[in-house]
Parts: sequence; structure tokens; C-alpha cells
Amino acid sequence: MSAIAFPVPDAGILARRESIVAGLAGLVAPQALITSDDERRPYETDALTAYRRMPLAVVLPSTTQEVAAVLRYCREQGVPVVPRGSGTSLSGGAIPQEDAVVIGVSKMNRILEIDYANRVARVQAGVTNLAVTGAVSAEGFFYAPDPSSQLACSIGGNIGMNSGGAHCLKYGVTTNNVLGVTLVMLDGSIVEIGGAHLDSPGYDLLGLINGSEGQLGIVTEATVRILRSAEGARPVLFGFPISEQAGAAVAAIIGAGIIPVAMEFMDKPAIEICEAFAKAGYPMDCGALLIIEVEGSDEEMDAQLARIVAIAGEHGVTTVKESKSAMEAAAIWKGRKSAFGATGRIADYICMDGTIPTGQLPYVLRRMDEIVKGYGLRVANVFHAGDGNLHPLILYNCNDPVEAQKAEDAGMDILKLCVEVGGCLTGEHGVGIEKRDLMTFQFNEADLAQQMRVRAVFDERWLLNPAKVFPLEGRVAA
Amino acid sequence: MIIHTPTTEAQACAVVKSVIDSRVPLALRGGGTRHGLGRPAQVASTLSSAGLTGITLYEPAEMVIAARAGTPLALVQETLAERGQMLPFEPMDHRALYGTEGEPTIGAVAACNISGPRRINAGAARDSLIGIRMVNGRGEMIKSGGRVMKNVTGLDLVKLVSGSHGTLGFLTEVTFRVLPRPAALATLQWRGLSDAQGVALLSKALGSPFEPMAAAHLPGGLAGEEAVTLLRLENFPDSIEYRAGELALLLGEYGVPDRLEGEGVAAHWRDIRDAAFFAGTGEAVWRLSLKPTDGAKAAAAIGRMLPGARWFYDWGGGLVWLAVPADGDAGAAAIRTALKPLGGHATLVRAPDAVRAAVDVFQPLAEPLMRVTTGIKKSFDPAGIFETGRMYAGI
Repeated sequence: MSAIAFPVPDAGILARRESIVAGLAGLVAPQALITSDDERRPYETDALTAYRRMPLAVVLPSTTQEVAAVLRYCREQGVPVVPRGSGTSLSGGAIPQEDAVVIGVSKMNRILEIDYANRVARVQAGVTNLAVTGAVSAEGFFYAPDPSSQLACSIGGNIGMNSGGAHCLKYGVTTNNVLGVTLVMLDGSIVEIGGAHLDSPGYDLLGLINGSEGQLGIVTEATVRILRSAEGARPVLFGFPISEQAGAAVAAIIGAGIIPVAMEFMDKPAIEICEAFAKAGYPMDCGALLIIEVEGSDEEMDAQLARIVAIAGEHGVTTVKESKSAMEAAAIWKGRKSAFGATGRIADYICMDGTIPTGQLPYVLRRMDEIVKGYGLRVANVFHAGDGNLHPLILYNCNDPVEAQKAEDAGMDILKLCVEVGGCLTGEHGVGIEKRDLMTFQFNEADLAQQMRVRAVFDERWLLNPAKVFPLEGRVAA
Repeated sequence: MIIHTPTTEAQACAVVKSVIDSRVPLALRGGGTRHGLGRPAQVASTLSSAGLTGITLYEPAEMVIAARAGTPLALVQETLAERGQMLPFEPMDHRALYGTEGEPTIGAVAACNISGPRRINAGAARDSLIGIRMVNGRGEMIKSGGRVMKNVTGLDLVKLVSGSHGTLGFLTEVTFRVLPRPAALATLQWRGLSDAQGVALLSKALGSPFEPMAAAHLPGGLAGEEAVTLLRLENFPDSIEYRAGELALLLGEYGVPDRLEGEGVAAHWRDIRDAAFFAGTGEAVWRLSLKPTDGAKAAAAIGRMLPGARWFYDWGGGLVWLAVPADGDAGAAAIRTALKPLGGHATLVRAPDAVRAAVDVFQPLAEPLMRVTTGIKKSFDPAGIFETGRMYAGI
């Protein structure tokens, strides 16, 4: 694939590589600087593997001060910087460019403080999402945002992309769960934004940093909310003959005043792929599946489920399957959370991430099917039904350039469809390079210019992750 | 005094464009119930949202509502209540505190990030605000966010504008996610606890699986002789029964709680939401946002320095409402000195104009953050026409 353009590398920077590397070597410990071809190669791409660029150098600092020193140096030298967490971005948020230095926070992976009385944890940006929950689970607490990549993805990356997950219907996404950050600005200033308290003293800079895709600075530490886990949680499978019935059941559940902690949708192709991989006991004779999770004491879960089952019954549910043990519950979630990996076993795929108003669901599902079939391809759908965040997986063969291009085109058509029905290009994966050139479908010139002017307050020369988010043409500096 | 009352977004843009060249500053006005919030300013022209009213979108099954900025908050709340829904963040009504009249608007709730007791569990107004349309200082209509609750497309200007008190632009339409109203409410009340004990109780309850939706402590002498510590449960009736029982057990060391339901306790929570205990007095009123377990420490330290100070705690101790004598700097130096070692920040919510003109109403920012704040103001409002000086000098 070659549809997405990168900025032309600055020949002057490439020519100065040796002196830039020498300059970096004076700022960080020797083991923190990666310059050989072999060792740089893992940093060429992220989870959007169709695109790769070898970076000028990679720095893996161990302290906030080292990050500050490197950023200050890169700014002085006019060298672009690409921040990186664990490199799991599906939108290419961490893909470098040839004239850029990658600053990875993976070595900053310590949990600094856990404060149960105030329900917060202070962690370094390279700590993985799941490690936060791991550190507090013995006391019955957890960190709520749970992207599918939570085993690998970092808190720093989560903040960069404002990551979501399956449970945000009740608990919100990253921006609702981060109370403070230490941010290193491009000029090397280290600032504290927020803390263990709620609400900001001035402008909500914390809200601006979350989801800014590494374009405003580099987050090195974060204070995150930790929540007490419910007494119990039980995912239940609901099988429906057709997708429209599942969609109507979701609307009716919400209409009845019930907010389950998660409501996940899978269509028939997705059910088949995930079941073959995870053996989760998904019903194979239905056209659509909902995984609905309830929380609370056993009696509370029974009562809430009874309400949900009654509603599902009014919408033609054919199978209701409760998890009877922790193992069964884990298998149900394993099937859903491994949807991307399981799909990868049978075909190459690209995963889209648009969000739609849930009322548009039947129309969008039908149109997506038509779009993908129109390109002669197949699609499997998994999505967060409560909030309308779609993840159509378009299957193709990456060794066939024509098919690869068709898959990318189909994906773009689907995202445009999401915007047309009142939704957005990306619900939780971020714009990255992948959706950068579609931004003009969602935003007009004035909208984008305002965003870019705010961006320029932090980085007027476009050195921070410059290939991302905003179309390469028409950029505004101040 | 000129009052511009556009009835369309195009008219609002035209008003802004007409003052850019002359740099005539504009006060922004919704219902005018909160004009005492922020630094005082003498402004000859006002841009009002009173002509921009009406609910523009309501999809109960999608849990989303949009309204033009001048729509009365009460109309939004009534519309939601008819379908068994509500705004998640229980917005404060400032009329009691300021002694103002008029109708609070949904636009001001967004612009000033106005929340209430539910904020401790359900997030602030900014957490539920998912889309805005506004006029920036170039007279351009811009939008950010949208009508879906999961949206990471581009920079999140929604949150930046929420809580900017009108200094970045004139909101014309706002979109919120909403929630079902709980089937039932119940409040557990413990009596006679010290501030430290009360906050410790709230911390323990908020760290339990029983999900209190509001958690407050009122020291003795404020709303009654005795101190009261309050937890509000919202759920289906069977869950409330169960959780109230479990919380009473978990918190047994603090005594046996009373259980309160109905209008009496609902009014009590409204008073907490609105800081109504300080209504009609000449005291200066501060709002301290800090780590919950620091709440009682900060209040005690301030109480020693400022005799006559009165206070209570919301958000599990993380929000301290503080009333002090309004003379001098209204306690600014003492309060900010007390907060310095603890972190957090203090906002002077009510004081005579002269005091609010002389002391920092919002917490002073570290130099790099002040530079960013100045840059952001300029990026939205290069001519400095919107409520300039409301938050900080020049901003």
C-alpha cells in the first residue's frame, strides 16, 4: 500500500545524522540510544504494519529529565520527534519518519505511588495498561479503560490516543480517568498539569493533552483514577437471528434505564472467526451476538439479568448463555478481545474505528456490507454497541497490491459513511496517519485551522509527530 | 450598554466580526445568574445567548441531547425527565449563592464546567459534554466533538472550552451525553463525626464496591447543631436495600446511620450542591479542589489562620466550600499558603468586586502553563474581545 503520503524527509537533517546522534549520545546513557539498523528496525512501524519508515535514531530515556534534554536538543536542531509508547497504535500514531528521532517511554515503567484512600495511582508513562490494574487488583481495585491491546499498550500511549475499551460505556475512556500528568514541552520545560484533585484551576489543559497524539509534548508520568471493582461481574451471551434485532435490543435496554458495564456486538463472520480461535462457546446458529456484562452481588446480577433477558425476549433473542464460572467468563472475553488477532490468523485485515449514532446501526451495517462487497471483499464486524463505536475488519491479502488498495478504499468509504450519518472517523484508535487525509470530511477549514492554532501554541514549527492527524497541505503555524 | 441578542449563528458571527477591528470587548451572557464568577470587568457591550434557544436533538435511546446555548437548563432537565433521563453531573445552581435571578442556561453550564455532588462518581460537566459549536474571535463558526460519546477525532477543543468561562468564544450549541434517572434514591447519614472521621468514612465508602453517587460531610453548626456525614445511593430499589445494608456494616465503626429518603433529604443535597449554607451572608466564598484526604487538613489549617471561617466538604472531601470574612484579601494569602504543600487549588467564587479585582480569583499558574494559557487565548481570540480578564489579567 502506498496511498498515505509522508512528508519528504529533510535532506539537511539526514546529512547531519552523525552529528545529531553524537549530540544525543551526550544527553542520555549509552544503552538508551539506539542507532544501528538492526536495533532501529523494530521501531519502523507500529500496529499499522503496512507502513514503515526507518527513524534517524531511537532514544529510550529513563527519566523525565532525559526526555526534557532530548526534546530541547531536537528543537534546537530542528529535528522532528515521534513519541512512542509500546507501538500498538492501529492508526499509525507511532510510525516514525526518516528524519525523526523516536522518543520511546518503554523504560519508564515504574508504578510510583498507589493511594487507595484517594483512589489514585501515580505511574510512569511506559507502564502497561494492564500493569496498573495488576498492581492494585489484590486490594480489589482496577484501572477502567481496557483497550484490547491492554497487555502491551502503555499509559503514555493511552493518553496520547485517549484510548477506550469495552467497558467505557459505564466507566468512560482515558480522558475521564486521568487526573494529572507530567508533561515535557518541546522546549524542555517540565510542567505538572492536574494532580490527585478533580477539576483544573485554569483552562482544561489535561483534557486537551488527552488524545493529542503526541503533538503537544511528551507525557512521562500520570496520575490515574483507580476504582473499586464490583463484587462480581458476569458476561452473558445473547444470540439473535439478525443484526437489526440485536441493535433494537441494545436501544431498548438503555431505554429501560439499564446501563450494563459493557455491551459488545459481533456479526456472524466475527462470531465464526473468534469461536474458532477462542472456543468460547459462542452460539454458531445466530446472525448476531451481544456480549452483555452485568456487575454487582450475585443477587444484583440476577436481578439485572432478568430485566435484560426479558427485554431481549421482546426482540427475538434465540440463545441466552450465562457464564457459569470465572473460566467461562474469561473465555467469553478472550473471544471478543482476541477478535483482531484471531482475524489475523485467517487473513490480513484492516480495522476501522468509526463511531455512529446507534440509531443508524441497521442502515450502516447494511451499507458497510454493500461497500465491502462492492470491492469484492469480506468484512467481519465487532463493535461497542452501547456507544456505536464500530470495528469493521476488512479482510484482504496483503501480498496482492490491488486487493490491498481495495481494502484501504473500502475502509475510507466506511469512515465517510460514519461521518455522513452523524458520527466520526475514529472512536478510540486515533487519527494517526491512517485517517489524516479524511479529516476534511469531518471538519471544515475553520475547524481544522482552530485546532492547528492551538497545536502551534505548543509546537509552532511542527516538530512533534508532524506527519499525523492534520492533512499535510494547508497547515497553520500560528 | 449595548446588548446583542443574535437569533442565528450567522448573526452571532456578524456581531463578533463587527467588533474585531475596534477591539471592543464583549461580555458573554447566558441567564446572567453567575456574573459574579471570575474577575470583574467593565464592558460596554454584551453578547447574549438569549435569542439562541431550543433543543435541537434528543435521542433517548442514544443517551444524547443537544440544545442551543441559551436554552434554559430547566427546560433541558424537564425534557430529559419526561423520558426518565438526566444530566449525569448534577449542575450547581448559583442563584442562591449570588442572590441572582433569571434562568441558568445550558450554554453556561458547558462554558463554566458546572457540576455538583455526582461529580465524584459520574464525572464533571466536561466529561459529559461531547460536542460544541461556537463563534471564535475571528468571527468564524467552529465545531468540535459531535453527537457520539466515543470520539477521538482531532484535538479535544470541547474540554478546552468547557471551563474557559467564555474567554475563548461564544458557544451557540452544546451536546451532552445523558443517563437514565435512577429508579430510587436513598441517603445514609452518620452524626457527630469530626471532619477527619467524616472524610475517612467517605473515603472508605468511595473505595467500596457499593458505588455511593454523592459523598459529603457538613461540620456541626453549619446546617444543624450536629455534624452529619452523607452518602447517597442511586439504583434499583433492591440494589439500594442491599448496598445500604452492606455500607452500614462496612462503616460500623462510625455508628449506625440514619436512612433518609424523600423531599427533605433531596433539598438537603440541593443545598450542598448550591453551597446554599452561605447564601445571603456577606462572607467571601472559596472553592478548594484538592486530594480528598487533604480536605480536612487544609480546612483546619485555614481555620486557624482565619477566625470565623466556615466550611463543608463535597466530593468525598476533595471539594471544600469555604466562607471567610470578605475584608482585606478575603483570606487569599492564607488559603493559598495552606494549599501550597498539599497541591490542589483555590477559586474565589464570591467576593465584592473590589476584592475580586485585587486578588487572583483563579489559582495563579506556573510560568510555562501561563504562557500556554496566554497562547491558547490568543489562538481563539487574537483581538481579545471575549470576556478578556475574566480568568486572569489579559485572559
